[in-house]
Order: sequence, then structure tokens, then C-alpha cells
Amino acid sequence: MMHSGRFSMTRVANSLAVSLRGALFILAVMLVTMSGFAFAQKLNPDGSPNPDASHVSEQQLLKLLPRAEGRIDIPDTKAAVLIQPMGRTWDYFHEVLLHWGAAIVIVGTLALLALAYLVMGRLRIEGGRSGLKIVRFKAIERFSHWLTAVSFVVLGLTGLNITFGKLLLLPMIGPQAFSDLSQIAKYIHNFVSFAFVVGLVLIAVIFIKDNFPAKVDIEWVKKGGGFIKSKHAPAGRFNLGEKAVFWLSLGLGVAVSASGYLLLFPFSVTDIFGMQIAQVVHAVAAVLFVALIMAHIYIGTLGMEGAFEAMGSGEVDVNWAKEHHDQWLAQKLANEPHPIRGAATPAE
Amino acid sequence: MARMKFLCDADRCIDCNACATACKNENEVPWGINRRRVVTINDGRPGERSVSMACMHCTDAPCASVCPVECIYPTEDGIVLHSKDVCIGCGYCFYACPFGAPQYPKVGNFGSRGKMDKCTYCAGGGGTEVSGSAEEYEKYGSNRFGEGKLPLCAEMCSTKSLLAGDGDIIAQIYKERVLKRGYGSGAWGWMTAYHEGIEV
Repeated sequence: MMHSGRFSMTRVANSLAVSLRGALFILAVMLVTMSGFAFAQKLNPDGSPNPDASHVSEQQLLKLLPRAEGRIDIPDTKAAVLIQPMGRTWDYFHEVLLHWGAAIVIVGTLALLALAYLVMGRLRIEGGRSGLKIVRFKAIERFSHWLTAVSFVVLGLTGLNITFGKLLLLPMIGPQAFSDLSQIAKYIHNFVSFAFVVGLVLIAVIFIKDNFPAKVDIEWVKKGGGFIKSKHAPAGRFNLGEKAVFWLSLGLGVAVSASGYLLLFPFSVTDIFGMQIAQVVHAVAAVLFVALIMAHIYIGTLGMEGAFEAMGSGEVDVNWAKEHHDQWLAQKLANEPHPIRGAATPAE
Repeated sequence: MARMKFLCDADRCIDCNACATACKNENEVPWGINRRRVVTINDGRPGERSVSMACMHCTDAPCASVCPVECIYPTEDGIVLHSKDVCIGCGYCFYACPFGAPQYPKVGNFGSRGKMDKCTYCAGGGGTEVSGSAEEYEKYGSNRFGEGKLPLCAEMCSTKSLLAGDGDIIAQIYKERVLKRGYGSGAWGWMTAYHEGIEV
């Protein structure tokens, strides 16, 4: 009796343990199913696994993530991305948005500058040339400017070729000549970028101290920024317009350089999505940069008498300095022993 | 005209990589270039599937669209080919390709990728070389298609997971398979490549 009792007790304990284990298992399965494990294994009526219940479709994967990624057996890690439909989005950006956006921005800026020229004409030195010169930019300053400027123009043209060359140049010179040209342009673009970055750094270091906002900038804006002939707009070494060009160039320059170097070392820092974003940032910043520099070139050459020589010979006419940078001129006169150079005898 | 497509029946793919090997051997591609590869989704988890992927020869191919020198184009059979004489190795096709198909013989730093290489559907090259010539083979690999044959990867797939041929026919084969066995994880990449899936 005792024995059988003990036996039955053990049996009860055993069956309890079994059912507890079973319940735990069922609980675990339920937890897994309920915790949103979408592809949990189900069994067919005959006990065989039903592959349909465990299958994962492309659409399911792409709903979870913008791309389907897995494991590969080859060392090329970027090949693990199986499908990235974003490629088509990037194609749309590059072929539609960028083409139209860049065309509108660049042609629009040209049109605005042409309009400015027609309405305002060339801004003359009101008092005429004095014949007296004062140094505005030293050699190192002009070197930094022209290093950046020349490399910018080269980068701009070779860059625009990648976007617009096939629409404008290819029909004119044919596929093989265009390919050869674009190949060379690509290498020029990649290597001249280093000169541009050196120039950008030099410009930032040299000119930053004169480009911080000042009280006089408000006055300059109130007086119409020198565009209203009856009003004199006061300014220090750089007026607010020039400061804007400085800071925008610095910002766009950093954006273009950073994204450019990501593109120059593909996939070494980022993945396919990062590469696409880098290209978008590069293109958008570059187009805005081109528009900005077009305006900068206009005001520095055609738009204003006496402006170009500041970066050309480095010396400006004293009357020009009086009209556009009076506070800077006053400072120069106060701080330097002989800032004004020779009254050249005017031509007969 | 037939519209050539690839279809990988992932419920049949066993990740044997014979397609990738056959491709390398048939086309004598350089080391490091993988025109076809097998990607395993959900590796070691429920729902694991392997998918063999190469250029899908897309409708409105985004690579052709973004190419700055217009070296990529579709043939009348819908096969996307390119000219290595015109390619400048800018890498844009890789950014646009939804399937990671374009390959480059060099690492790519400082813009030196070399000429792009990708699956040609074993249909030779898109350059000026004579179809089936040694020059064409050297640059682009095999031209089985010119001999009336389908790509070797699909032809020698041991489980007949990878199908190549006219899009309508391989879609029909896939539909019948799904109906018969009662399941299917879908035609991988078709929605993205051809703007249409396969309704079963």
C-alpha cells in the first residue's frame, strides 16, 4: 500500500511536471506569437512544417525597413543589400528634381542679375576717381581668394557637366568625345577639390575676424546697402552683404566638401543610403553655391565700378573706399603711418 | 517581342551559389567582381530564404536614367546593356540600382573605379564590338543569347529556383508552382524592377 501510494504520488508529481513543462512551452509559444513574431512556425495537420506560415515576402520586409538586407558569402559587404527601392527615388531626384531645380536656380539668378544691371546699371564711384590708392587686400589674401575662385569655377563647370552635360554637350560633340571629356572632367573635379579646400580654409582663417556681425551692419541695411544713390551706407572692412557671402560660402563650402569626400571614398564611411544622401547634399549645396558666386562675381566686376581692383591689384581708389567702406578707411588712416599711396598724375 | 526577365523562386533556392560560380566561369569576370550573388534573408531564423540576385534588367532602368554619359540602354528584348568605351566609372549607376548590380574593377578611391561591369544576361556587350567576337568576350563576357541560349546561371540552377526567359512565361511557371505547392514568397524584386508583381 505504502509503495503503491508512493508510486502514485511520484506519478502525480511527474505528470504535474510534464503538464507544467507543457504549459510553459505553450505559454512560450503564445508569448512569441503574441509579441508580434510575425513568421512563427506552424505545423500542417500531418505534423510537417508548413513553409507558407513561415515565409517572408519582399513586401513584408520592405514595410519594416526601406531596404531588404541579408547575409552573403562574399567579402563585398555592401552586396548584402538585396533590394533598395530608394535607388529609384534617387534616380527621380537626380533626373527630375535636380535638373529642373538647378536650371531654375541658375537661369533665375542670371535673369535677376541681368535685371539688376538693367535697372541699376553699374554702380559708379560717385565722387569720381581720386587717383589715390589704398591697399585693401594683401598678396596672401588675394592668393587665397583666387585659389578658391579658380578651383571653384573648375569644380563648378566639371560638376555641372555630370548633371547637364548629357543634355547640352553630348548632342553637340557626340558620345565618344563627350565620354573622353567627362572622364577627364571627373578626374579634374576629384583632384582640384583639394585646392578648393585649402583655399576655403585660408579664407576662413584670414577673413573670419572681419566678418562678425557689427552694429554698423544695421545702419548699412537701413541705408539700402549702397544700392540707393542718395543714401550713404556705412560699413567696416566688410559690409553685411559681403559678410553674408563669407558665411554662406563657408557653410556651403563645408557642406560641399564633406559630402564630396564621402563620394570620393565610396562606402568607406557610409552605406548605400548615406551615399545617396551625400550626393543629394553635394548637388543641392553646389547649385546654391553656384548661384551665390554668380551674384558675387557680378557685384565684383560688372555691377560696381572700382570693386574688382580690390582683388585684382589689391589696391582700391580712396574715393571708392570712402563711399563703400568709410569706417574701414578711417581705421586705416588712424592706425597706419602712410596708408595712402601716390597721387598718380592723371593722363592728359 | 519577348521581354527577358529573371525570377528567383526563393522557396526553392538552397544557397548553393552555383549560379554565382557559373556566372564567373562563363564570363571570366575579374577577381572581386560579382555579377550575381546569393543573399540570405532571416539567416537562421524562421522565414529564412535565399535569393539569387543580379541585374534584373529593369523596366525604365534607373541606372540608364542617371548615367551622365548615357552608356546604358535597353535592347529590344528588354536586356539592359552598356558600353565600356563610353563609361567613365562615376559610380552613379550603383547608387540608382535597386539590386546592387553594377560592379567596378577598382576600389574607387579618388574616383578611380574603372569601367562598370554587370550582368549582361549572357548577351555580350553594348559596345561597338562584333557580336560573338573575341573582343566582345574579353570586355563583357559570354554572348550565349546571340546563340539562342539563356543565361548560364539560370540554365544550370540545380533546383530550378532561378528562372530566366520571357517574363510572361516564367511568371506563368512561377504561378503554377505556387498554386500546386500552396505557398510562395513572391517574385523578389519584380515590383521594383518591372512595376508589377505576380498575382497568384
